[in-house]
Amino acid sequence: MRPFVRPVPTTWWLKRRVYFLFILRELTSVFIAVFLILFLVLLYQLSLGRAAYETYLDFLASPGMIAFAVVVLIAALYHTVTWFALLPNIVVIRIGEYRVPSILIVGANYVAWIAVSALIVVIIMRG
Amino acid sequence: MRKSNEPVPWLLFGAGGVVAAFLVPSLVVLTGIAGPAGWLGGALEYERVLALVSHPVTKLFLLALISLPLFHWAHRFRFTVMDLGLRASKRAIAVACYGSAVIGSILGALIIISL
Repeated sequence: MRPFVRPVPTTWWLKRRVYFLFILRELTSVFIAVFLILFLVLLYQLSLGRAAYETYLDFLASPGMIAFAVVVLIAALYHTVTWFALLPNIVVIRIGEYRVPSILIVGANYVAWIAVSALIVVIIMRG
Repeated sequence: MRKSNEPVPWLLFGAGGVVAAFLVPSLVVLTGIAGPAGWLGGALEYERVLALVSHPVTKLFLLALISLPLFHWAHRFRFTVMDLGLRASKRAIAVACYGSAVIGSILGALIIISL
């Protein structure tokens, strides 16, 4: 006996805003993964030597690649915001009877995120 | 949240989500936009970058930076593909997704070690 599976149209995620935003959030991971592969190729070109590395940097500087990186940045920021937003559903911090409010947990993550990003900028800029 | 009884993919998914949330935006700005556009001066010059990535701590950092979000992608993409209607071969989808993440991580490790 086969259980009945109610047919769902393939376009279900276009029917409601929250469904659409859900699929959008899931697909941010695709843009992040593609960018990391491009970044890995950059490291590979680096291992091949100066000429290969500089040619690849020129390729990344083409308008299409910069535009793609901007799209990836928007996707990455959407991932960061949605990831921090769901943290209070997973992380519950109690101090004695007191439950740390979720806004503090989320806020602490934003502070840490800005600090880590600033540190990365400093490391790259100062070599 | 989805319920899952697969602790290993879920841990990698969680770790990858954290790494992507904290590190990828600044990486994209620096190596995808500002660096190639020439706004960083000589920060991405060959010798400087090579010196930076030759350090063992940087290598570990780079491996985590590349590998973990690939597993995050694998976990999300696996379920998104099924949510969007491809339900025929669950096992094949899972193998393709996690397998791609494994291959990407091995390639990443080989490239990073060779630096």
